[in-house]
Amino acid sequence: MAREPVISVARLEVIRGGRQVLPEISLEIEPGSITGLLGPSGAGKTTLIRAIVGVQIVASGEVGVLGEPAGSPALRDRVGYVTQAPSVYGDLTARENLEYFAKVLDAPPERVDAVIETVNLERVDQVVNTQLVSSLSGGQRSRVSLATALLSEPELLILDEPTTGLDPVLRDDLWKTFRGLATRGVTLLVSSHVMDEAAHCDSLLLLRDGRLLADETPEGLLRRTGASDLDDAFLRLVEHDGESERAAQGGAQ
Amino acid sequence: MSPRITVATGVRVLLQLRHDPRTLGLLIVVPCVLLAVIKGAFTGQAGTFDRIGGPLVGLFPLIIMFLITSITMLRERTTGTLERLMTMPLSKLDLLAGYGVAFALVAVVQACAVSAFAFLVLGLDVAGSPALVIVLATANALLGMALGLFVSAFATTEFQAVQFMPAFILPQLLLCGLFVARNEMVGLLEAISWGLPMTYAYDALSRVTESGPLGGDGLADLGVTVGSMLLALGLGALTLRRRTA
Repeated sequence: MAREPVISVARLEVIRGGRQVLPEISLEIEPGSITGLLGPSGAGKTTLIRAIVGVQIVASGEVGVLGEPAGSPALRDRVGYVTQAPSVYGDLTARENLEYFAKVLDAPPERVDAVIETVNLERVDQVVNTQLVSSLSGGQRSRVSLATALLSEPELLILDEPTTGLDPVLRDDLWKTFRGLATRGVTLLVSSHVMDEAAHCDSLLLLRDGRLLADETPEGLLRRTGASDLDDAFLRLVEHDGESERAAQGGAQ
Repeated sequence: MSPRITVATGVRVLLQLRHDPRTLGLLIVVPCVLLAVIKGAFTGQAGTFDRIGGPLVGLFPLIIMFLITSITMLRERTTGTLERLMTMPLSKLDLLAGYGVAFALVAVVQACAVSAFAFLVLGLDVAGSPALVIVLATANALLGMALGLFVSAFATTEFQAVQFMPAFILPQLLLCGLFVARNEMVGLLEAISWGLPMTYAYDALSRVTESGPLGGDGLADLGVTVGSMLLALGLGALTLRRRTA
């Protein structure tokens, strides 16, 4: 039996500030996998993510999530979304934040302790119960934000640059958390502008100037480009893309 | 709309305030000090403090809730918590009502404390019942909250949000009749004052202060105050978008 894709984007076009950020992009994401959405800053990663979550005004095209149109009310407790900047209340403690969002999501109170454990915050009682989120470190704040998204046990988790600005140990730790969630059947879409994170993913979407340069597994990408590592593979793709762009312009003249 | 989410939102807003004891202190202390200053300043003019002190007790909550709500809501927008809430099963009314419940409670506490200070310590003397002043103060606080919520959509920074106080509230305070009777103003200003919600908030308060009961006209004032609040809340709800550019 063919599995229904968790996310299916068809000819999505987004225009922001008069500029076409996503020109008719199409893609599908398989269930139970970690998909890396990679590309340089300004490639349109956040815009694509916002369209999938359903908070972005789109010009045309279809975005389907778990069989529903993106942003439809039925999806509001099935999709977890973590924005780039930690979107939690700085003037509350981590626990108060989680207790509030748990009530909004109608998640049972014991989920609060469960998600604190999932993101590895349970060991430091003071961090969870006493300190205000605004006084936590950047890494701790993003964990609280991630924990919030896990409260409703979402089937799909969308993370916008969750590891940016974190130290390597913390990053590794977070990727282990992501893998653990995927093993439990959660589908993850994780964006990053750091290519070395791509190795943690089951499949990759490479975005540049709103266009998909690649939609394949890390191994497939290495094979196709003949590159030694993913960083190199991406550079080759960008170079190739630049050449074909120049060729197209040359042909038009 | 869900009572569970409304109450949770109200509790959350109150918890945020509780973690900021200095703001809570300022909420009570600033109006009291200002009233004491007014009493001292008008010490040579008999009756003036009684005439403007009563309405001021009821107008402070409007001004302060306007400021607090516009900043809090702006923070919700800029820190991404609003966007997060909009991706959750929460209706806009839950959010607005949650804010309403929380700030109404704060307003009641503020109005009680400030009234107690004004009536017991400063010896403020009004014709009507202090309880009625507190009821009007609460309605005014909700009006201030709704206005603050609405204008927060037009500010992108806290600097801008703070400027909306002199831009939206100060003209209303100048024209509501507190400083000069409205029929003594230039005709144009008097005409404008009819369109400003604080005019009605002040009118109801001055009735209680000077003659005692609200009466039919006072009830109409209260109706306009509540109506303006609902209108501002409705307009505020329109500015809460699930999808943005």
